[in-house]
Amino acid sequence: MHILVCGGTGCTANASREVIDALNRELESHDLTDFAKVVVTGCFGFCERGPIVKIIPDNTFYTQVKPSDAKEIIEEHIIKGRKVHRLLYVAPDTNESISDSKHMEFYKKQLRIALRNCGFIDPENIDEAIARDGYAALGKCLTEMTPEEVIAEIKKSGLRGRGGAGFPTGVKWEIASKSRVGEQKYVVCNADEGDPGAFMDRSLLEGDPHSILEAMAICGYCIGASKGLIYIRAEYPLAIHRLQVAIKQAEEYGLLGKNILGTGFDFEIELRYGAGAFVCGEETALIHSMEGKRGEPTFKPPFPAQSGYLGKPTNVNNVETYANIPVIINKGADWFASIGTEKSKGTKVFALAGKINNVGLIEVPMGITLREIIYEIGGGIKGGKKFKAVQTGGPSGGCLTEKHLDTPIDYDSLVAAGSMMGSGGMIVMDEDDCMVAIAKFYLGFTVDESCGKCTPCRVGNKRLLEILTKITDGKGTMQDLEDLKNLSAVIKDTALCGLGQTSPNPVLSTINNFWDEYVEHVTEKKCRAGQCKALKKYVIDPDKCKGCTACARACPVGAITGVVKNPHVINQLDCIKCGTCIEKCKFGAISLN
Amino acid sequence: MCGPQIKISEANYLKIKEICASFNNNPGELINILHKTQDHFGYLPEEVQQVVADCLGIPVGKVYGVVSFYSFFTMKPKGKYAISVCLGTACYVKGAEKVLDALKKELNISEGGVTEDGKFSLDVLRCVGACGLAPVMTINGKTYGRLVPEHVKEILAEYAD
Amino acid sequence: MDTIKLTIDNRAVEVPKGTTVLKAAEQMGIKIPTLCNFELDGLALKNHPGGCRVCVVEIAGRRNLAPACITECMPDMVVKTNSFRALNARRTVLELMLSDHPNDCLQCPKSGKCELQALAADMGIREIPFKGKQSQYPIELSPSIVRDANKCIMCRRCESVCHEYQSVGAIGAVERGFPAVVSTAFGKHLIDTNCVFCGQCVAVCPTGALAEVDNTGKILRDIANPEVKTCVQVAPAVRVALGEEFGMPAGSIVTGKIAAALKAIGFDYVFDTDWSADLTIMEEGTEAVGRFKKFLAGDKDVKIPIMTSCCPAWVNFYEKFYPELREYPSTAKSPQGMFGATAKTYFADKIGVPREKLICVSVMPCVAKKYECEREELGVNGDPDVNYSITTRELARLIKICNIDFASLPEAEFDSPLGTSTGAAVIFGATGGVMEAALRTAYEVLTGKTLPRIDFEEVRGLEGIREATIPIPGVIDLKVAVAYGLKNARGIMEQIKAGNCPYHFVEVMACPGGCIDGAGQPYHHGDASIIKARHAAIYEADRRMPLRKSHENPEIQAIYKEFYGEPCSEKSHHLLHTHYFDKRMKFDLEK
Repeated sequence: MHILVCGGTGCTANASREVIDALNRELESHDLTDFAKVVVTGCFGFCERGPIVKIIPDNTFYTQVKPSDAKEIIEEHIIKGRKVHRLLYVAPDTNESISDSKHMEFYKKQLRIALRNCGFIDPENIDEAIARDGYAALGKCLTEMTPEEVIAEIKKSGLRGRGGAGFPTGVKWEIASKSRVGEQKYVVCNADEGDPGAFMDRSLLEGDPHSILEAMAICGYCIGASKGLIYIRAEYPLAIHRLQVAIKQAEEYGLLGKNILGTGFDFEIELRYGAGAFVCGEETALIHSMEGKRGEPTFKPPFPAQSGYLGKPTNVNNVETYANIPVIINKGADWFASIGTEKSKGTKVFALAGKINNVGLIEVPMGITLREIIYEIGGGIKGGKKFKAVQTGGPSGGCLTEKHLDTPIDYDSLVAAGSMMGSGGMIVMDEDDCMVAIAKFYLGFTVDESCGKCTPCRVGNKRLLEILTKITDGKGTMQDLEDLKNLSAVIKDTALCGLGQTSPNPVLSTINNFWDEYVEHVTEKKCRAGQCKALKKYVIDPDKCKGCTACARACPVGAITGVVKNPHVINQLDCIKCGTCIEKCKFGAISLN
Repeated sequence: MCGPQIKISEANYLKIKEICASFNNNPGELINILHKTQDHFGYLPEEVQQVVADCLGIPVGKVYGVVSFYSFFTMKPKGKYAISVCLGTACYVKGAEKVLDALKKELNISEGGVTEDGKFSLDVLRCVGACGLAPVMTINGKTYGRLVPEHVKEILAEYAD
Repeated sequence: MDTIKLTIDNRAVEVPKGTTVLKAAEQMGIKIPTLCNFELDGLALKNHPGGCRVCVVEIAGRRNLAPACITECMPDMVVKTNSFRALNARRTVLELMLSDHPNDCLQCPKSGKCELQALAADMGIREIPFKGKQSQYPIELSPSIVRDANKCIMCRRCESVCHEYQSVGAIGAVERGFPAVVSTAFGKHLIDTNCVFCGQCVAVCPTGALAEVDNTGKILRDIANPEVKTCVQVAPAVRVALGEEFGMPAGSIVTGKIAAALKAIGFDYVFDTDWSADLTIMEEGTEAVGRFKKFLAGDKDVKIPIMTSCCPAWVNFYEKFYPELREYPSTAKSPQGMFGATAKTYFADKIGVPREKLICVSVMPCVAKKYECEREELGVNGDPDVNYSITTRELARLIKICNIDFASLPEAEFDSPLGTSTGAAVIFGATGGVMEAALRTAYEVLTGKTLPRIDFEEVRGLEGIREATIPIPGVIDLKVAVAYGLKNARGIMEQIKAGNCPYHFVEVMACPGGCIDGAGQPYHHGDASIIKARHAAIYEADRRMPLRKSHENPEIQAIYKEFYGEPCSEKSHHLLHTHYFDKRMKFDLEK
């Protein structure tokens, strides 16, 4: 039997290491180490209920397992074959315990292609990857297919770049393959996942590093490159470790390095570390960073396929894009193209987070609706609150609303709705979230992360943020709203790189969808979500106030006046909204609105 | 009449030379070299950058240009316990800012600051990838999830040594 | 050649493949504004980051606007350079730039010469709609350069010049986002960096972020001081450029007007650096001949190639980057330095004034000369040989301050005894000139024969490195090289270090084309034809001179007879030669 325990970042942060240790101790003390084995896997996706423990072969799915549960799991389930019911997931609608994850709402509508091995294999053991078809596609390409045939297959599959913009992968490879034939070329994997609130690439690399290595080698074969580089965030130590182990094992098995599978094809992979710059997700900036320089983007053309790393032809794809490649080769382009919508094939991995019941990592077929994701997979809004918006595409994307919930999602429909696919962050917001503050949050991020090379991004985004701050501080004017619109349009039109060109999207999409909220902030100085501190008002209810003077004595700025034993009043012009009065009032007479 | 003198301990100087040499003094490896160097010293003060520039044969301005570009590199030493509060979107919408405010108040420092005794430093970062536990913070790599401002005192108390 | 047909502003045009939209439009008389884009055609100086975004144009079928400066023309492209969308974006970008720019045009050293100011005026900017945070950097004063990073628009021209062209790398982009700016490492003062004060950053900066230190006020005070006498010297390249500041065409030779203007300003003695350039040839030439003779005699220790040492930025460069090779350059002081040393000894004695009471000023095409003036070794007990130096631009201001109508000013002669010169001296102002002047004299000294032809065309020109073999019959086939741009000079230093330098004699100038495009010259704003006109004028001035070889200068012959004895005599060693220092940054290792 196998006891799979999630070793992804979310579960690790929730003490899954300790669970693993406890399980191993129990196995040892019962002398069961030959009978059952604890396997540390990558992310199962259901981070909300982590740490996850899964028993194979019966597919029992335990949630929120604590180290103290280890004894019972071993003694009951492993030895006696009796499920530990209290650790099973309970469906919130029916109140029934569900043992097999495939019957859970969270998993029902998911289709795991890129994540096929995450949660199934020990990512530090190449044999487990191979047992699940790992490197079979590479073998097939090298021995049965020409590079042109592989590229044709990828083109036919309709796979588009999963980093966000959705450029057809096969076409990209074809351009790189025809560029400067015979010269040194490079295959680069963009693992600089910097989108706040997204952890797809990280989970993939932690859970299934071999499929990325395999795909990169296939790409190298297609474009004529013998070197691969993975540009990965230094903040991802576990993913880095797993990649290092995987590269070493693949080299030992002759699946990377010289003369792979005896075919004469050489391919080696090195790691390059990011150092905390979101803009390095842009491919030209990424290349400069790999060259040891400031991560400043440059104008395209020349495209990396023409002149990339060290001036050589370079193909850059993101982690999830590569993860799809081996499956396409193994199962065929037609199979892959049968999934999804007309122009967006296959699946997409999303990091579902925010005000939603089932936070986690999900993979869904293109064409699914936001409603299905949020209400079925996600289990609806937390605390029974009202859905307000869902943000996709991170700082480059936008906020979608109720009216978009039934749009089948793909690259083009999201753009049409004023957002974008992005790398896969999906943040759900409820009625307590202020959309002006959300726009300000994203702009704050872009301002921090702008490289500063071009004027519209360096100065323009700073000015956008300043205008938004003015509005959330209650000092905005209707002219400011006009300025926001014009400035956003100009930044989109004139910024040098993708980061700058998309940076106004969170502003524009919230203006389009929540115009009333902006106007309220400006004309009524009101924040309906109660998020904008400067717009909050402390008021004393004259009916409840006993005139005890406790608040007036505590107020640091003397903003509260009144006569003893008579209702007091807060002078709004003097109030600094520190909240001291509300703490001091014994009669609940002071409230915030 | 001579050029500027940069003071540095011999041991540190030799360590940096060793790190650069392990990357063949290749300027293309600057970022990897800075990672290693920061791992060793905890931060990248001016004299360290001068030695790196000297080893790689590039102007120190290029090294500083890179150090000041990437948020991972710092020229200030961190506290003994480095606190990082995640301000990724998932954490933000779940109230990470309130947790940050509580930490600032409790430690009496602002973002990027270090307490006077050098014990704690406070930074923000964008997404540690544990959105399921939002809001989260890390202290020397250990993750604390599902935080509310009230937890702050308790957690800091774990580090009372 | 492949050509491309496209439409710009409703007009068809055909251009060679690879042409940018900016250049194609320019051909049609459409001037799209630019700021970061910069190129000195044919002088190896360029900067195309595509960062400022003021040149954006609308291209049919494109999602966003395109920067004209780096967008290549494509077949059947339809470009609109003045659509409302493009104009609105361009204005907004400019307004953004101005929203983080100090509004102090009236006091700015670049006022009237500033490309940002000119663009704002052309676009009719009357208010800046964006209010917000403004950068607050300290203003830094160095011996040569004033740096006000608040005025930096991140065009990166200076960075390109400093890194790519000079291979110095003292300034570059630091930080990111809104705080990103071009600065030194750790915000240090330039004097504490590897800066060589060539000042090309000042020459290319479109705004007032980089400017020269202004000494015009000092001059006016000294001229008005009855306690002191003032004398002034004027460098060769100044006379072919100053006219531009007064609306004269580039390449106008205004030597006589300069002499007249300096007299009108009130200098007691108006002399010529050309005089000391001839003196330099006597000293440097003699030193070179001495080294060649030792070399030919098989002396293994003699330093060959001998290198020129007139360019102060070049001197700073080898002191900071190649101190171990500092015995290769000639020990001869620069013409400015030789002039100062002679003025404060021979001439001060002659007029009976103690050296401290003689204020010696130079007018230079250069900002590094200001630094040279401050060198301790070029003075006596703290009294500098040259008290201070002003640039060509500062002289133009001084002339305007003193109410002089330069254009109608009648010509005058330089004073004697430090005012007569030859054509060999005036060509010091262009790359290859020092080499040619030295060859004219060395040839005749080494062979004892008159030169068959006086023009050494093979060392002239504007290529970054030129090499030639000059046969000196019966003595040596002299291999010479002429380089401008310190990156080119670095290449030669590396050859020397590697022991494979093929040359006997090398001339180095830091600035593009030599002193004619020195950092103190009138701003050319990227128009290379101005430099080329100055270049032609230098050789024209040479042709016009009755004497064209330094050793034929009667005043030079006289001063050797009267004062120095002979070239490289003990006295001239004391006054006309110098020594160099190891100024490389060093690590002080603590145990």
